[in-house]
Amino acid sequence: MSQYGVVLFSGTQAALRAEKLLERVGQVVKLIPTPRHLSSDCGVALRFSWAEQNEVVNTLDRARLAYETIAILDG
Amino acid sequence: MDSSLIYLDNAATSWPKPPEVVQAMASFIAESGGNPGRSGHRLSLAAGRVVYQAREELADFFGLDDPLRLVFTANVTEAINLALYGLLRSGDHVIASSMEHNAVMRPLRHLQREGVHLSFAPCGMDGHVSLAHVEKLLKTQTRLVVVNHASNVTGTIQPIAEIGALCREHNTLFLVDAAQTAGVLPINIEELQIDLLAFTGHKGLLGPTGTGGLLLGERVPFEEMKLLVRGGTGSRSEYEEQPEFLPDRFESGTPNSIGLAGLLAGLQFIKSHALDALREQETSQLARLIIGLSNLPNVRLFGPRDPSRQVPVVSFTLDGMRVSDIGFRLDEEYGILCRPGLQCSPAAHRTLGTFPHGTVRLSPGPFTKDREIESVLEAVERLSAELL
Repeated sequence: MSQYGVVLFSGTQAALRAEKLLERVGQVVKLIPTPRHLSSDCGVALRFSWAEQNEVVNTLDRARLAYETIAILDG
Repeated sequence: MDSSLIYLDNAATSWPKPPEVVQAMASFIAESGGNPGRSGHRLSLAAGRVVYQAREELADFFGLDDPLRLVFTANVTEAINLALYGLLRSGDHVIASSMEHNAVMRPLRHLQREGVHLSFAPCGMDGHVSLAHVEKLLKTQTRLVVVNHASNVTGTIQPIAEIGALCREHNTLFLVDAAQTAGVLPINIEELQIDLLAFTGHKGLLGPTGTGGLLLGERVPFEEMKLLVRGGTGSRSEYEEQPEFLPDRFESGTPNSIGLAGLLAGLQFIKSHALDALREQETSQLARLIIGLSNLPNVRLFGPRDPSRQVPVVSFTLDGMRVSDIGFRLDEEYGILCRPGLQCSPAAHRTLGTFPHGTVRLSPGPFTKDREIESVLEAVERLSAELL
């Protein structure tokens, strides 16, 4: 089973921006409730395939979209 | 819709709206009715995506790189208040034109009492502000220049690009009130060197009332801006302090997501019909109105009287008839809907010499038909003939 990573953003509109940017470059991503062990924020986080980590980070950096945390998702 | 009515009050709010706008709002409330950015379930995300899509497409439409620097507000008035109260402090100097709407004048007059210094750049009888006047008024304490992109009284288009360049030269922020121009004239904030653009969704952009926003260009120190409202944002819920990041810093409380769904559809309608094509039709109707009214006896026409220098707004008076009577009779006898009076712009009317009585304003929109313009000219001709 492939492993997932998760990116946390400051707010939901930033997460939605990331979703669009990544989908535009062909990434398969999903917005999920922020995992509680990573943050007590009640918003959403963006889940992606961990193997695509570099492409995800590069895409966000190119758009100068800041994120809070990037982490591997257990299970 | 009553098709016998001739609606020439698009400068107040555009009507009718494209059917796509109505459809988008109905679909939104039926299908994407969650609270955007609050809960993270699929209906909340569906609503959040609509709000984000509106943000992204509007940012792109106005030449703003980062969509998160577009903050939604209830209307252009709130956007202007956010900019003025957010940025100005006691001791700061502001320059405005003498054609400003009360959306700018009233906050400025209040801020004046709080210690902000005001200067007004005079405008000619056509409503046009001279660049030399603005330049003369600029000083080191000038924090902001604010200009109405196009007058809601005369339609006069101001030299925004030139004022923008002047503001960059003097390291002053530039706020543009685009109430009459967003969706009517092309606006690219990079090219025009605009720092803050305040727009409304329910006029040229063809969306519903209750929508608008403020674009914060890269030079705007948004972290230093004072807030009008604080509250829940769906983010950083563990903190009792307002978040600092955009757009949440300025967007507390549940947004008007249904309205934004409609605004997005309005914007898409404009993009699919091309701004240039819509402008061409409005310009030709404006030219017909200007020529037709100019030829009538007793009619006084205000503003540039040049379709290339104004948005589709025409102001006139009839010597010997009160503007309120003209407005009432056009409505009652001819089904023509217009706006008589001061149009919330006493400063502009002082400039034109029409204070305190005001003018009758006619403002066609993208759905105005050529034959409706002819009907208006015939009606005003009949009123004017009574005075001979």
